[in-house]
Amino acid sequence: MKITEQEVRYVAALAHLELSDEEVKRMTQDLDGILAYVDQLRQLDTEQVEPMAQVLFPGSENATLRGDEPHEPLAQEDALANAPLSGAGQFKVPRVIER
Amino acid sequence: MDIRRLTVDDVRAALLERRASAREIAQEALRYARESNQASNAWLAFAEERALEAAARVDGKIARGEDPGPLAGVPVAIKDNIVTRGLRTTCGSRLLERFVPPYDATAVERLERAGALLIGKTNLDEFAMGSSNENSAFGPVRNPADPERVPGGSSGGSAAAVAQGAAVAALGSDTGGSIRQPASFCGVVGLSPTYGRVSRYGLVAFASSLDRIGPLARTVRDAALVLQAIAGRDSRDSTSAFAPVPDYVSGMNGNLRGLRVGLPREYFEGLTGGTAAQMEKARSLLASLGCELREISLPHTPYAVPCYYILCTAEASSNLARYDGVRYTWRAPQVETLAEMYAKTRGQGFGAECKRRIMLGTYVLSAGYYDAYYLKAQKVRTLITRDFLDAFGQVDAIATPVSPFPAFRLGEKLDDPLQMYLSDIFTITASLAGLPAMSVPCGRTPEGLPVGLQLIAPHFGEPLLFRLGGAFEQAGGASL
Repeated sequence: MKITEQEVRYVAALAHLELSDEEVKRMTQDLDGILAYVDQLRQLDTEQVEPMAQVLFPGSENATLRGDEPHEPLAQEDALANAPLSGAGQFKVPRVIER
Repeated sequence: MDIRRLTVDDVRAALLERRASAREIAQEALRYARESNQASNAWLAFAEERALEAAARVDGKIARGEDPGPLAGVPVAIKDNIVTRGLRTTCGSRLLERFVPPYDATAVERLERAGALLIGKTNLDEFAMGSSNENSAFGPVRNPADPERVPGGSSGGSAAAVAQGAAVAALGSDTGGSIRQPASFCGVVGLSPTYGRVSRYGLVAFASSLDRIGPLARTVRDAALVLQAIAGRDSRDSTSAFAPVPDYVSGMNGNLRGLRVGLPREYFEGLTGGTAAQMEKARSLLASLGCELREISLPHTPYAVPCYYILCTAEASSNLARYDGVRYTWRAPQVETLAEMYAKTRGQGFGAECKRRIMLGTYVLSAGYYDAYYLKAQKVRTLITRDFLDAFGQVDAIATPVSPFPAFRLGEKLDDPLQMYLSDIFTITASLAGLPAMSVPCGRTPEGLPVGLQLIAPHFGEPLLFRLGGAFEQAGGASL
């Protein structure tokens, strides 16, 4: 076994993802199969290989910076329009601090 | 005028010769999109008002004798993970069922500026995660070539809409093959441009080091015209490339004499369902066009799928963290605490494949595993990219099948995530290397299922892809 149900529950908690008992069982099976499969990467010697984070093309250090010119931002009301709960110009969430 | 067969040039000619108005084209495209949607489920929303407004602008320009733009009056479909102002954008997810974006993606803005008519949004695997379009919360798309089969994914709706004919062209997104594979399954052209060629401002992020926007169309020339409109640097996407945008169409001169095309042997093994026979015909056609075919090797190909599924899930687990019930429309009901709100919103909102990828991504990034998985995969990505750079020392372009098999049946691979992942085996490599790659129709199997030929070029080699793919198409590639 590459991964146990207990580890699956731990990872789900890290990801803030609620899984039912049934989902945990299935997820354990699926991840076990996938992790066993991806293990073949270990066959490759990569000691001397640089990691590649993304595709980069030549350019000056500041090439991607734009001028610091003011422009119209997204209006507060537009930014809040898709919030499940908002008020007083804020996103509202369940209380986190006891008074 | 048969909306199902129009090309960009046909639309232009009809408009300029006053045989049709943009308004009439928009209405007919919308009518046919709605009608054909009952069979395909390719569309998630229609944009009637917006399309008619755009059509009125085009008709006004023509009436005044002004240039209506290179894509004037062309009905286009937009994959529903590309945001559209005021037009619901769901990403195929229950979580975003009511999400109405406050701005347009740059690619959408540029298409409309070129005169295109946005007629609707197309179905996809949830957050673009899938190879069959069966992971959509709004039901699977059916392949126009055979309704019992999948259209491919994740841009399945865009491919089906173009194949059915309501849209002359569409935008899709490609992370590991999500434009090319559905294009091949549905028998249309699909291009994943060089990483950075098209701005991703407004593309809902899945795996940021791999995501690209690109066109699907019925001809190579139309794909070139769409790319022409959307390509180029955008200050709102710092990863968009500064490289100048060449004139794509003028390079399509049909001359392939002496062009060195590499056939990597790793891509011609284990082909099933009639794919091998179509590749044999493609090889003969390319040779008859004057290409010099060379067998080459891309030795790290077998490691691409494991490498990709570590990198893309790691990035996805981070990108999808934002769907926590705070900003994006849906929050699980009856939650007491903040932690409970996050966990329940995500647990109830995401479908099975998204959960699997969030879990795998979180696992490979978690303490103690990072070096063994994520860092290792990044190093393997270097090896896969080097394979290509070495190959391009010997050949000008590479030709492969897009997929080891044609469209499979609905449900056939749904219960086995690993089998589903393996259907991307030939498209993932160019994704990892950031190379431009195109799927061009390569005839049909005896069962009538489309097959796609994948053409891969060096970075920013889109002109070569259009020249090569265009000549292949002109020589009868689609009816091989």
